[in-house]
Amino acid sequence: MNGVSSHRGGRIPVNLLTGFLGSGKTTLLRELLADPELKQTAVLINEFGEVGLDHHLLERIDENVVLLNSGCICCTVRGELVDALIDLDTRRARGVIPDFDRVVIETTGLADPFPALSTLRAHPVLANHFSVDKVVVTIDAVNGEAQLGDRLEAVRQLAAADVVAITKTDLCSREAVAALRRKLTAINPSAVTVLRQDAEAAHLLGGSSFSPDLADASTDADPLGGHGHHHDKGDGGHHHHHHASGGSTVTSFSLTVEGRLDWTAFGIWLTMLLNRHGDRIFRVKGILNVGGEDRPVAIHGVQRLVHPPVHMKAWPDADRRSKLVFIVEGLDQAVIERSLRVFNDLSDRLLSQTGENPSRQARQLAL
Amino acid sequence: MCALCGVLGADDHWTSAVSRPGVYTRNEDRVSRRREAAKRLKIANAVLQTRRLDLREWQGGTYILSNATGGTRVFQSLAHMWPEAEAMVSSGFDPLDAGFLQKIEEIAS
Repeated sequence: MNGVSSHRGGRIPVNLLTGFLGSGKTTLLRELLADPELKQTAVLINEFGEVGLDHHLLERIDENVVLLNSGCICCTVRGELVDALIDLDTRRARGVIPDFDRVVIETTGLADPFPALSTLRAHPVLANHFSVDKVVVTIDAVNGEAQLGDRLEAVRQLAAADVVAITKTDLCSREAVAALRRKLTAINPSAVTVLRQDAEAAHLLGGSSFSPDLADASTDADPLGGHGHHHDKGDGGHHHHHHASGGSTVTSFSLTVEGRLDWTAFGIWLTMLLNRHGDRIFRVKGILNVGGEDRPVAIHGVQRLVHPPVHMKAWPDADRRSKLVFIVEGLDQAVIERSLRVFNDLSDRLLSQTGENPSRQARQLAL
Repeated sequence: MCALCGVLGADDHWTSAVSRPGVYTRNEDRVSRRREAAKRLKIANAVLQTRRLDLREWQGGTYILSNATGGTRVFQSLAHMWPEAEAMVSSGFDPLDAGFLQKIEEIAS
């Protein structure tokens, strides 16, 4: 990753910066914008309130800073988000405002990131002009743990994160920060956790490992994050954590699947699962060993939104098993795993009837 | 857009994404697209027929879902398949339901 990338295939990367109320989103944004690498960044700030203040705190008022202050981005102002982004892009193209090569959207402290991500992906104009880059979430070292315990909004934000920036670390002990860090990794093992003061713009915002545009460049990028998901446990490679939040149970676990997955059956299974249970599946990420392919396929979903699958250039290590990380609320890991196997086997049975399945044919040949 | 029928755009659902660099898709050429579409229909229909629904594809971009009493729904994106199917049946399609999984296991076994 060479600095903060720009204009991927003509599309401008968009970062979502979110985090619970008072967790330091605006402070982080102000510091990031001081970085020369982010000189050409447009900013959209969403505040829930009659009078917006955050844009003043940024200390950078120009035409590329837009305030959306008539409601929350995840419900009432999604239309405004579309209009603001299209307007920015149009004015940039006409040369009315300075060129920009990245957009950062700062959400309200209570926003669920999913609707904004969904809007960016689903809107026919936005999808062709903007690409979704990393979701950055700030977590307050002092109050973060309590917020994650009490507020499902905070858990949803954390689950959607690609990068978690821990803020206010100077206000508590090193041990408390380490404990919080372990907790964050337990809830969202696929995110990279950094201390805010160590965060550099390039690593914080740019180069999502799930970006198709980077599939060729980042052969060693591990979309499951740097927190060791390849646990070889005696129970068949499962690893899970539980976390109680607001009376509900948020669980993260990883599934390891031996053998190859049938892409078509997997697609039918995951779309059906997300259709029925998407509001309780905060995150799904995975590297798949797909039948008929030498290279792995990375998938990445937030609630019901699944990004275009990335065909990675190479496997990150020697392990060729498919791995899926789920962050769910109140769903049973064993049932999800069984369901996946049932659908994968269905494909095998159906297609072997007509001799369409090359992996089955290969097995029969081997016998 | 199809100049004859005026169908706009193409479905860019993740299971059948528009081909572009770095994205995994089987939408790369006419033959692989048709082969994958046929395979998808076969598996989807096996699942849908547990609730007596039938899925057909029209012109490679439109899907027609029918039930045994002649009810029909038409949609353009694979993203709509399960919401539409669930709207046509009372019992729904829950891949975590033990009874439903049992039915899937019985298909072609």
